Amino acid sequence: MTPADVPQKPAARGPALRDGLILAATVGVVGVVFGVLARTSGLSLAKTCAMSLLVFTGASQFAAASVINGGGSSVAALGPALLLASRNALYGPVVARFFDDDSVPRRLALAHVVIDESTGVGAAQSERSEQRIGFLSSGIGIYVFWNLGTLLGATVGDFIGNLEQWGLDAAFPAVYVALLAPHLASHPGRVSALIAAAIALATVPVLPIGIPILISTVGAAAGAIVAHRSDLVVTSAQDSP
Amino acid sequence: MSWWAIIALAAGSYGFKAFGLLGLSRVELRGPLADLVRFLPAAMFAGLIVQNVLADGTSEIVVTRALGVAAGGLAVWAKAPLLVVILVAAGVAAGTRAIL
Repeated sequence: MTPADVPQKPAARGPALRDGLILAATVGVVGVVFGVLARTSGLSLAKTCAMSLLVFTGASQFAAASVINGGGSSVAALGPALLLASRNALYGPVVARFFDDDSVPRRLALAHVVIDESTGVGAAQSERSEQRIGFLSSGIGIYVFWNLGTLLGATVGDFIGNLEQWGLDAAFPAVYVALLAPHLASHPGRVSALIAAAIALATVPVLPIGIPILISTVGAAAGAIVAHRSDLVVTSAQDSP
Repeated sequence: MSWWAIIALAAGSYGFKAFGLLGLSRVELRGPLADLVRFLPAAMFAGLIVQNVLADGTSEIVVTRALGVAAGGLAVWAKAPLLVVILVAAGVAAGTRAIL
């Protein structure tokens, strides 16, 4: 599924809906990549699809599958995946502003699609009604396409066999680079990434898979210190949401 | 990955999302902890990139993988769509492997 396959008609209803659906189709492609990675890591078709249906936060799913792929245990896979999932909690207060009139059961249902992309598309709109449409179209749209993509990738993954022959082992880290890019906009973000990369470079060759990623989160502490210091100098140094 | 690990990951992931939407939105998360969580993705993605690039394989595989990821990084820098980034990274890695 490519963005060109998205029906053109809904575009007339506003940029929020269009942006959400185009993004959903694109993320669906990443879902295919996840499906392939999970299957070639040894996960069954049912487990692969269950991950996308129930976990539904891409970076965590990739992290877990990568650790398994590298020969790590289930426990080793859980640590980095859960740590990555914790950032979704920070999106809650942003999304809550779009849905403050909605009932608790409804918000509990909406919580499942609170991810990077849906929060981003919602927050990018100026009007509250557009924020709701942007969040819902990208959140629900991505849920549908992510799961369809996973199913496709997981099915095809059986026949792909050797990831390296297709260069797909380079595709997964490239997805991370794309996910990392927006975080490099701020100085503390760059410090976090640089220190984390240095720690990973030093520890990956000597420690069991999964552990270096946990240790590299020290980079975030360095970023937080840098942000705190610049806050002291410039009082309004608040960047991104 | 065992079923219980998948269930635990699913419960934890949903727990974070629901806690953020219904609990955290009532209190203002400020200070060093908020900064720490804010920069966690930057650190973890950087760590994941390094770990995945250095992952198992002959030196030839690792070098061609790194070339593919670097090409993908250039595509990201050029603001190419995600699909293009994936195709460039995979294409360069597979292509250099075929040549070497």
